[in-house]
Amino acid sequence: MSANALMIDYEFCTGCHACEVACKKHLEVGEGQYGIHVLQDGPRELPDGRWEYNFLPMPTSLCDMCAGRIAEGKDAACVHHCPAHCMHYGPAEEMAALAAEKTKSAVFVPVA
Amino acid sequence: MTSKYYEEHKDDVTWQDGDYTVTRTTTWSGPGCHDGCGVLYYTDKDGKLAKVEGDPYNPFNGGTLCMRCLEMPEFVNHPQRVTSPLKRVGERGENKWEEISYDEAYDIVEEKVREIWRDYAPESISCMMGTGRNACWQVPYLCYSAFGSPNFCLGFLSGESCFQPRSAAMASMNGDFLIADMSQQFEQRYDEENTEWRTPEVIVIWGNNPVRSNSDNFYGGWVVDCMQRGSKLITIDPSLTWLASRSEYWLRLRPGTDGALALGMLHVIIEEDLYDHEFVEKWTYGFDELRERCKDWTPEKVSEICWIPAEDIVAAARMYAQAKPATIQWGLPIDQAVWGIPSAMAINALWTITGNVDIPGGNIIIRNAFDQNVSYNYGFNNLAPEVQAKRIGAEYPLMAKAGFSSTAHSDSILKAIETGDPYPIRMLWLQSTNPIANMGSDAPRIYRAVKSLDFVVVVDMYMTPTAVAFADLFLPCAMSCERDSQRVWWVPLRGMKKVTQCGNVKSDEDIIIDLGKRLHPENFPFDNEIEWADNILKNETPAYGGDFDQLVNKDVWKYPEFHYRKYEIGEGRYDGQVGFNTPTGRVELYNTTMMLWGYDPLPDWEEPTSSPYRTPELFEKYPFVLTTGARSFEFFHSENRQPNTTSRELHPMPKFEMSKNAAEKLGLEDGEWCWLENQHGRCRQILRINPSLDDRVVRAEHGWWFPETEGAEPNLFGTFDSNINNLIPQCDNGVTGYGAPYKNQLCKVYKCTEENSKVMPGYHVTREDGYSKDIDESNGDVKVGMSYER
Ligand code: SF4
Ligand code: SF4
Ligand code: SF4
Repeated sequence: MSANALMIDYEFCTGCHACEVACKKHLEVGEGQYGIHVLQDGPRELPDGRWEYNFLPMPTSLCDMCAGRIAEGKDAACVHHCPAHCMHYGPAEEMAALAAEKTKSAVFVPVA
Repeated sequence: MTSKYYEEHKDDVTWQDGDYTVTRTTTWSGPGCHDGCGVLYYTDKDGKLAKVEGDPYNPFNGGTLCMRCLEMPEFVNHPQRVTSPLKRVGERGENKWEEISYDEAYDIVEEKVREIWRDYAPESISCMMGTGRNACWQVPYLCYSAFGSPNFCLGFLSGESCFQPRSAAMASMNGDFLIADMSQQFEQRYDEENTEWRTPEVIVIWGNNPVRSNSDNFYGGWVVDCMQRGSKLITIDPSLTWLASRSEYWLRLRPGTDGALALGMLHVIIEEDLYDHEFVEKWTYGFDELRERCKDWTPEKVSEICWIPAEDIVAAARMYAQAKPATIQWGLPIDQAVWGIPSAMAINALWTITGNVDIPGGNIIIRNAFDQNVSYNYGFNNLAPEVQAKRIGAEYPLMAKAGFSSTAHSDSILKAIETGDPYPIRMLWLQSTNPIANMGSDAPRIYRAVKSLDFVVVVDMYMTPTAVAFADLFLPCAMSCERDSQRVWWVPLRGMKKVTQCGNVKSDEDIIIDLGKRLHPENFPFDNEIEWADNILKNETPAYGGDFDQLVNKDVWKYPEFHYRKYEIGEGRYDGQVGFNTPTGRVELYNTTMMLWGYDPLPDWEEPTSSPYRTPELFEKYPFVLTTGARSFEFFHSENRQPNTTSRELHPMPKFEMSKNAAEKLGLEDGEWCWLENQHGRCRQILRINPSLDDRVVRAEHGWWFPETEGAEPNLFGTFDSNINNLIPQCDNGVTGYGAPYKNQLCKVYKCTEENSKVMPGYHVTREDGYSKDIDESNGDVKVGMSYER
């Protein structure tokens, strides 16, 4: 069985920080520490006049893939709370297959 | 898809999870926002709130939450919470207090109220609250039914410019309110098989950033849900919001020109014959007059006004008109302009002539669940008609006589405090509102006025700049998780269950009941918050049929039935006829109600009172158009500013934005403290380069104060130092009394230096009587456009 992965469909990530804060609460980490950190690119004008403006939540080495929550039959705290429904959790192959259907997406395998 | 754990507890309202008790309920500000999301509260062995999760079965938010509800325990358990009523012992502004009991506090209030009743009249008391709070029916009831005054309003919100201009436009044109259809009226959300709902083909995001603001009971995540289902966007915003970056068209308009843009889009849709002929002929009144009015609003003319390329205006208008269904989700900038009502009428005309009225995926006619209409007018009927008629703002007939307003006119209350005309206001009751930090424009003027009052009470969750500056008494109130309450804003009906207690802090309801029983016991036939909720559910919520126990312990939320195209099936009008609740029975593009009260019945637009074209001499001195009040994920207005919280970690300081070009020209760098200044006053914020802005536009934050700094004057938690409302006037309203230019002023920007920062605004206002103090001798008004000198 492969490792579990997080898939971020970041075409739809609004940069709202909900995943970040839900994760901070799950891991009980204090100021300046994150299990997942929302990165920002843009707004930046592209040479063709369109605009680039993306957010991408990146799991850090503190992410434990919510192992305890999953064991209790819950879901990952970040995925649960994402108001844009753009985060997914599951086996890496499944997440990779899902990502292949998307335009802007990233698959993370934070814990081997 | 929800996981096993939540599924197992699907039918439970409370259950144990190890040492935690979990409670399924809803939450409503404060802390919070305009929305009442479904939550699972986790309380520990000591009954303390430890954690909050979204309720995956609540259709409103579907388990998701914003960061602010996720961090809620930080605010509920914050060391800065006030846990006992406080009586002022020093001077106002010294922040010196003595702890007293609620009963002692009530004794003082009762004595003062009876003094005002004796020496003046009940209407010399005014009550105010902050937007969106779950105090929206409680505080009005206190004002009317305990104090006997008709003068309830929002905390010095100039021109009632938060939804009220839009609602007056909608009520007069349609006899109802309309909102963007994201399936929020159905318990089975996004279900195109079992409901009639359809995904909008096009969503116009007009002047708001719902993923951040969640305003007016509209959860921003719904827009993203619709995007995931294929909706295309058009975004109208001076800045490239994230939604704008995902839009087919981003119309970067000059702040304050929304009405002109709407007229231009109407022009294109009418002249290119893109309107819905059948709907217009059958269900509207005054189309020919509207067409005539829009004739001159060509895309070329509008392009010059709005600073948007003409071809984009045409293309966006076509895209909107050719989509079916299409919906418009609009926001506050429409209200926050002197031309608020005419602008709202123009946008309302857009969804009307395209036939998107009350259809699946269009703009739907929405009513409050189970006809529970207790809001700003709750308890008004307990006042004698002659007292009702004394409500301040009678000079504005649309508010006072046509019945569109449910509050006193805030600017006129301010003037009454200053001048005693039409009669003196001597006491102020401020509950969950922080005007000098937040929505009170010309905050220094408010500061001066409120200082002159005989008696001021502040009821809030934390000590605030407003409380320190003015309060003679401070009563702490409970947060949402510490109250048993119920509320409706559109749909559904929601129950809020108390799960914890802070000290002996009381709920808004209990404070009001305790006082009401002393002053007008006949109006308070209930002994506590639960009995009051029961009373409302029984008497004011006829179609619900349950009591409070049923609501919080069984239903938690409840959706009423919803029907589309109410005008076709006799549900549009109270008389059961087909059509709309208007004098003509149609949507009134030509607004006969406005006509009746002597106002222009058609949409129109004019330059803001301070603008590059209306006041070129001011623009020379203040060469940027200033827009204010854009929302952040971290804050709800002036809330969530407490230190050592996640909100302040992620957003430590106030930021304003300008383009890279504009900053370079002035030699300013990202991250620098700068002064923003105009003829009204100045404040300082930190520059953040926003490459998407027009070089002539500056965008500043509102609501700032710094609870980690000194509360006593002159600092006042630093609120005046960064208050953008030092630059915004009061009493600059539309002819109807509605609308105020919060989002369209002028300003200049310069770097903060040691030299020019010697006298900070807090000192200048509280110690030197500074800003906007020039009184026009002829009428007692503070002069608009007086010069700032320092
Ligand atoms: S899976 Fe759990 S630990 Fe990992 S980022 Fe998400 S919330 Fe944090
Ligand atoms: S919760 Fe979702 S939308 Fe918000 S930042 Fe995280 S991934 Fe993006
Ligand atoms: S919209 Fe956000 S802040 Fe408001 S109640 Fe819902 S989760 Fe809380």
